[in-house]
Parts: sequence; structure tokens; C-alpha cells
Amino acid sequence: MSVISLTVNGRMQTVDVDPATPLLYVLSDDLELRGPKFGCGLSQCGACTVIVNGQATRSCVTPVEKVAGAAITTLEGLGSIENPHPIQQAFIDEQAMQCGFCVNGVIMTAKALIDRTPNASDAQIREAMSTVLCRCGAHVRMMAAIRRYAQGRTA
Amino acid sequence: MTRSMTSDALAALTSAGLSRRAFVKASGALIVAFSAARLAGDLGIAPDSAAAQGINGPGSNDLDSWIAINADGSVTAYTGKCELGTGLFTAQTQLVAEELSVPIDRVRLFQCDTSITPDQGTTSGAQSHPANFNQSNLALACATARETLVQLGAARLGLPADQLTTAAGAVIVRNGAARRVSYGELIGGRQFSVPLNREATRKPASEWTVLGQPIPRLDIPAMATGQFEYAHNVRVPNMLHGRVVRPPTFSATVGAVDEQSVQGMPGVVRVVVRDNFIGVVAEKPWQAERAARQLKVAWNQGTPLPDHQTFHQQLRSQTATRDTLIVDSGDVDAKLAGAASIVRATYLYPYQMHASIGTACAVADVRNDGVTVWSSTQNVFALQSTMAMVLGREPDTVRIVFRLGPGCYGVNGADTVSYDAALMSQAVGRPVRVQLRRQDEMAWENYGLAYVLDQRAGLDANGTIVSWDHESWSVSRGGRPGGNSPGNVVTGSLVGFDAALPAPRAAEPPTREYENGGNDVPSYVTGCSGGVCGGTGTIRSERVLSRVVESPFFTGPLRSPARLQNTFAHESFLDEIAASVKADPVQYRLRHLGDPRLREVLTTAAAKAGWDTRPSPRARAGQGVVTGRGVACVLYEGDNGYCSVVAEVEVNQDTGLVVVRRCVAAIDCGPISNPNGLRNQVEGGIIHGMSRALREEVTWSAERVTSVDWQTYRPWYLGDEVPAIESVLINRPDAEAAGAGETSITVTAAAIGNAIFDATGARVRQIPFTPERVKAALDTRGAG
Repeated sequence: MSVISLTVNGRMQTVDVDPATPLLYVLSDDLELRGPKFGCGLSQCGACTVIVNGQATRSCVTPVEKVAGAAITTLEGLGSIENPHPIQQAFIDEQAMQCGFCVNGVIMTAKALIDRTPNASDAQIREAMSTVLCRCGAHVRMMAAIRRYAQGRTA
Repeated sequence: MTRSMTSDALAALTSAGLSRRAFVKASGALIVAFSAARLAGDLGIAPDSAAAQGINGPGSNDLDSWIAINADGSVTAYTGKCELGTGLFTAQTQLVAEELSVPIDRVRLFQCDTSITPDQGTTSGAQSHPANFNQSNLALACATARETLVQLGAARLGLPADQLTTAAGAVIVRNGAARRVSYGELIGGRQFSVPLNREATRKPASEWTVLGQPIPRLDIPAMATGQFEYAHNVRVPNMLHGRVVRPPTFSATVGAVDEQSVQGMPGVVRVVVRDNFIGVVAEKPWQAERAARQLKVAWNQGTPLPDHQTFHQQLRSQTATRDTLIVDSGDVDAKLAGAASIVRATYLYPYQMHASIGTACAVADVRNDGVTVWSSTQNVFALQSTMAMVLGREPDTVRIVFRLGPGCYGVNGADTVSYDAALMSQAVGRPVRVQLRRQDEMAWENYGLAYVLDQRAGLDANGTIVSWDHESWSVSRGGRPGGNSPGNVVTGSLVGFDAALPAPRAAEPPTREYENGGNDVPSYVTGCSGGVCGGTGTIRSERVLSRVVESPFFTGPLRSPARLQNTFAHESFLDEIAASVKADPVQYRLRHLGDPRLREVLTTAAAKAGWDTRPSPRARAGQGVVTGRGVACVLYEGDNGYCSVVAEVEVNQDTGLVVVRRCVAAIDCGPISNPNGLRNQVEGGIIHGMSRALREEVTWSAERVTSVDWQTYRPWYLGDEVPAIESVLINRPDAEAAGAGETSITVTAAAIGNAIFDATGARVRQIPFTPERVKAALDTRGAG
């Protein structure tokens, strides 16, 4: 066990864990955050995505020791029900989910892309989403929500 | 860190928990008996079991089981149909708000909790809309409540009830007089103590202001901001974490468990072994994960699996089959013998998975004085009953609380992981949360049914179908646990309960009243049995024989179970027949369809798509990328929602790659409760259906399932090309509410297959339409 400090959603957190513990486990169990989800544990679906120093990062395969001291943003760090972030609002406006379990990975991956590439083309968005999975088939609405966010950001 | 119970979990336990249970029990309102019909359906073994999967529970005849008026006049409602991601929670809230004339934010809906909600059986099979939005169950309760409130208001105001109505949470005078009395004043905090009135008057659709509107889903803001509590987010005090260690192969048994192999590992609390079930419990989930990986188990190998490549041939050659004649007009052989021409084809469908985006998870707290399990099961009461069997407890000491999980689509891992968590909690005496590993879920799911489907049709000299003969072989092992078969899913089986298997029997002439819950019967025949002709078509000579054999893997309902497989075969075959007589696929369908609503979804989708009326195929040879269009239609379950989809595809004839460019759907599910939610379901069904049609197939070796992650079972990713989707919603306010969620997926595979044929002249008769399979069909064009 090791004492590790993380900055999660702007707040310093200290946990005492096995340093090999995947970041996802620390976020969802030690810190009881609900945004990042366990989908596969294999970095194949995106459900666990968080933003680490501006990069979309699969927290299920990221040992927590690797992100000690880094700035980590989770879905709940973007906005709240009362005051959602514009990308969250875009997904609400488009009603772009069904079970909603994958939406963490969709929003966090898209946000990291659009923040870095505000004028991302459809091809670039699709490339970023090529390893993000939705099983309910909300694909069309999710892509529309990402475009809505991107357009609102550059408007 | 001090662990606290999540607020939602705490609220459910305290405010709405055992006190309500005691209240409802005392008032005799909660009926927990299981009907024989429901149990039979839940076993999932009979060939018609798919039809019964959506069977409803007894509900309750007592208004207080459904509706309560709080002291402040707000409304609490209780439903036994749960949100699985379809928008049902919001639609039901709209229903309650509409019928009771209160703003939507004055309704609080509780769903699927054995202590507080009516037993409405399984939430499945697109049955929730018909069950709760017609003159029964929740809608009837709302209508009864409104009627009762008006009667109470009449007494209070001293006016005849027919001069009163309801608005904004009060009983008011119709002529606009200022006199009113609020619900809270009338009955706030007290019981109605009346039974449901079968004759209670629903609000006419013409007066709806909330129901029927595209109200945004109430749960999406919490989902989009990471606040929503899934089963995975339930946390209770003193909770431990478990992981399962499943056998390496099917039918393998435990030889020896070397508990020393994990001794001393940090956080490990206990290795739990019961029969062939093995779980590892630890203080933290990563500790449990590491221990589960490290635990040494000697397994006795099971029997080898059948060869994957030749599985369909093996399936159809089985002799121990459970046979059912669903329709048999008795003249099929004679009609075929006298037909001007005969068309034949065989279609193959693979095992597919639910493969929900997150693995299944449950939290169980097994104590001496009672059991509580938070689960994503589709049937909390059936799980209560089978959980009691697994734990050796009495059912009334078990409480199952539903929490949404990742997707659903049928019997994914939700029930089995509930047993996993409970077995581990029982062993360690503390609450345990278990989330499955990806491979543990995928290798041991209750897969959707593999099928072989033979079709034969006789045509007269005019090219009209005069006889249709359909014979199918499918598989069964286990299924829904129902109320008494925990062995129908893997964990129950591992602790010694039997999985239901199809008992072989010969087919007998059909005598029961016609029903087509599995869509075994094609849309184009009259569908006559037991003196009832319930089919949607005009062909009188008909025979449909369904054969079920024992499956090597667990099977269970997967979104549109049997209906998708049968409809793929029927709608592909109809297209083949049309092509054989050079008829336009839409016109040829219409020639054999009687049901006006089925005809209307077909013509509506075709018109919206700009259907080019001509025979298929457009071309029969060539290279490069070509385009085509295909159509399919169905009356889902024979009586539960109409849908037609036109698909437009591009086929790369050099590679066999299919890209679906556009899909146009028309749907008629009676009165539309939420048009945006309905659209979302139609779109999701098409994308899910496309993924299953083009990509998804469970694979295995001689020893084990080899589809164990997203690389070995690859579905449609978000960045993959998706079609533009247009949906035409046909609203029928005066019709019965029917199903929606499984309709578009039922026709998508056939529409795509027909479009591939239209584009290329190559017929692909096996799902999934992989590039290799399409290329093989292209290379043999004209040969068959």
C-alpha cells in the first residue's frame, strides 16, 4: 500500500492503496465517483474514460501511481444537474442516450478531442470515437450531440 | 475513508421501505403469488417460450398498491415495470401526471422493489407499454384514483360528480366556477381503500397535455452529469467486494481449490466455494480481482464442445427434438405438389450475446434476519423466489431492489451476478458487491438463440403464393430463472440447480387458439389454429413446425428472441419469392397481406424512403461499389406493434463490405406515449439490429467460448459508419397501446439482407453478413 495524492475535479485527494490499482477503482470505490464506469477492464470500450492533463485516458488500465499529482477530471467534474457543462447540455438536448452507461466515455472522449481540435471534422470525430462503444444504439444522437457541442463552442 | 450508504439506497430502505411493505401487507394489497402460466413461460423451455417471456405478473387489484396521495397533494406511484434504458420511467411518470392532472414534477415513481411495488412479472418483450398504458394495471389505477378523487370532491363540494373534473392537483367545477378542493385536502396521507375499477374512465387522448408529448427523459440529466445511481453505484456500510472464478470450460467441475495460493494477499477475506461455485471476497475490488486471478483451482475438464464450423448442420440433424406445430392447414403437401413452381431456401442464425456495455453487478446483504439485494434483474419477484432457493431462506425474508444496469436486452448477467453477490455475502456475513469480469460475463451468458430455418413456398401460375411451409431448429438450455429455476443461469447451475432443458416430444396437430408470440408464423399466411385465424396475411395453406434441441450453452431471451430470427427468414424468403417472379418487393408483400395496419407501415416506410418500384435485383454481376434498397415488415409478436424498415446499402463487391447508408422506419404502436422516446427506440433498434446483422456471432473452440472481449465479439462502435435514420411515427390514439422497443430490430437484418440482394443479386442467408460471407455469396451469384 502507498499513500498517493491526486487532484480530482480540482480537489486534492489522498488515498492509501496498492500503487498498481487501476485509477478507475480508486475513483469509483475509494472516492465513490459515479461518472467513470467499468465496462471491460481492457481499454476496449471507453466507459472508464477520464481526462488526465487534457488527455482522454482509459482509467481501467491506468495504474494510479502513474497519475500521482496529475489533474484528473471526471464526468461529474464538468458540470452538475443544475448547471451542466455545455457538452453535457448537448447530450441532454439531443436526448442522446438510452441506458446511459456508456455516456461517460462518449462525453469525456469527445470533450478531450474538441478542446484540442475545436474544428474537428466528422472524420476526426469518428476516429476519436472508433474505440468507444454504445450498445443501446444511440450512435446517431450521440454524434449529433458532439457536433452540437463543437458548433456551440466555435459559434 | 468512512463508507456511507448512498443516499438513494438509504432512502429506499427507510422512507419507502419496510414501512410500506408492512402497510401494503396489512391492507392485503400486495399479491405475491405466481401464476402457473407465468412460471411456465418463465422456464423458457417450450418452443413457444419466447412468446411467453413478456408475460405479466398478477399486478394488484388494490388501488393503494399503485397510487398514494401525499399530505402535500403530490402523487407517489408504484410500478412493476422498470426502466431498462428505454425511457419507460419517464413515460410512466407522464401517464400518472396526465391521468391525475398534476404537473410531472409532482409525481414520484417507485419501480420494481419486492417490498413496495406490485408484482408485474418481467419487464421484457416490449410488454410494458401494453401492460401499463391500457385499461389495466398502472393506467387503470390512475383512472380509478382520479375517479375516486372526483367522487370525494363531489361529496366535499356538494355537487354532482358529473359537474366536476380535475386540474392542477385538485377537483374543480367544470363550468369554471372558482370552487375547488385539492387532492391533499381530500385524501392526503390516507389510503384510498378501494379496488381498481375495471370500468374507470381514462382521460381521452384528445385531452392529453403531458402524455403523448416529447417530454425529455427525467433521468438523462443525472446520467449526463455522472450523478445517476446504477446498481454499480450502490454502496452500503461495511461492504466488501467479490469476484467470481468460473470454470474454464462448460461442464467442468471443481477438483480442488488451493486456498493457500491467495493466503496473505492484501485484503483477502475469504475464498467462497460451494459445489462448483467459487468466489473470492476482499476488502477492495482490486484486491478481489488480483486474488481471483491468482487463485489456483484444479478443474475436472468437461465434455468437449461441438464443432463451431459445422454447428448448424449438427443442429438440424438432431433427433431428440421438442416439436411444435404452430399452424397446419393440413393441405400443404398437396398444395406444394400441385404448385406451378416451388421456391426453397435455408437461413442460418448464430448464437449472439447481450454483451451489455458494462459487466453485470449486484450488491447483496445477507443477514440472519433478512436479505436485501440490489439488482438489475428484469423480474424482482422471480429473483426473490429463486434467491430464497439459492440461499436456503424463505422468500418473504428476501427483498430485491431494482437498480438500472448497463443496457439489458434480455437475460444478460444481472440475475446470475445477484446470486454471486448473495452467495458471497452469505458466506462472509457482510454485504458484498460483485461486478463480473468481462470474460466471465461473455463466456457464460444466456446467449440469444442459434437457428436453422427452412422455407418452402408453392406458387400458382400467376406467381401468387398458394402455400407456405416453414420448419425451424433452435436451441435451449436454461433461460429466465423464473420463480423456481435458479439453475437456468450459470451461478444457479454451479451450486447444483438444474438448467431447464427441452423435453423431446413429437409434434401434435395444433389445437390451441392461434398466437404468434415468437413470430414463427410468417406475415403472409392466415394464421389459423384452434378455430381462430389471427394472421396478417392471405395465404390459406400453411404449416409452421418449430423444433427445439438441447443447447451446449446457456440460452435466454435476447432482444426480440426468436422473433428476430424467424422474421429474418420470413422477410428474406418473401423477397426471394418476389425476385423469382420478378415482382417488386413492396407490391408483392401487399399482394399477400390483409392486415391494414401492417400494410400501412409498409407503404408508409416505402413512400418516405422514395421507394423505387421495380423487381430486385437491380444488377446481378459486376465489380466495385453498388447500391440497393431492401424492405421488411412485421407485426411484432403477432399482436404487439407494427414496424417496417427500408434499408439502403452500399456493397463493395471486391471486398464484400456492406455499409448501411440510410434506414427509414414506420412504426405503429397505437397511441404514442412519448414521440421522442419512441424515435430513440426505433433508432436504437436499427443500430443494434445492424450490429447483429453485420458483425455479431459467438465463437468457440473445442474447449471454450472464444468470444470473451470486444475484440473477439466486436459490435458496432460509435465511430463506425451509421446510416441516416428517419422514423415515421403513426399515432393511433384510439387503438390499444402496443410494444415499441423490439420492433425495429426485428426487421432490420432482413431489410439489410434484401438490400444487399437488390444491389448485387447475391443472397446472403447466414447472419452475420460478414465481408467474407458476402464475398462468398457474390462469388457464387447465379449458382443458386
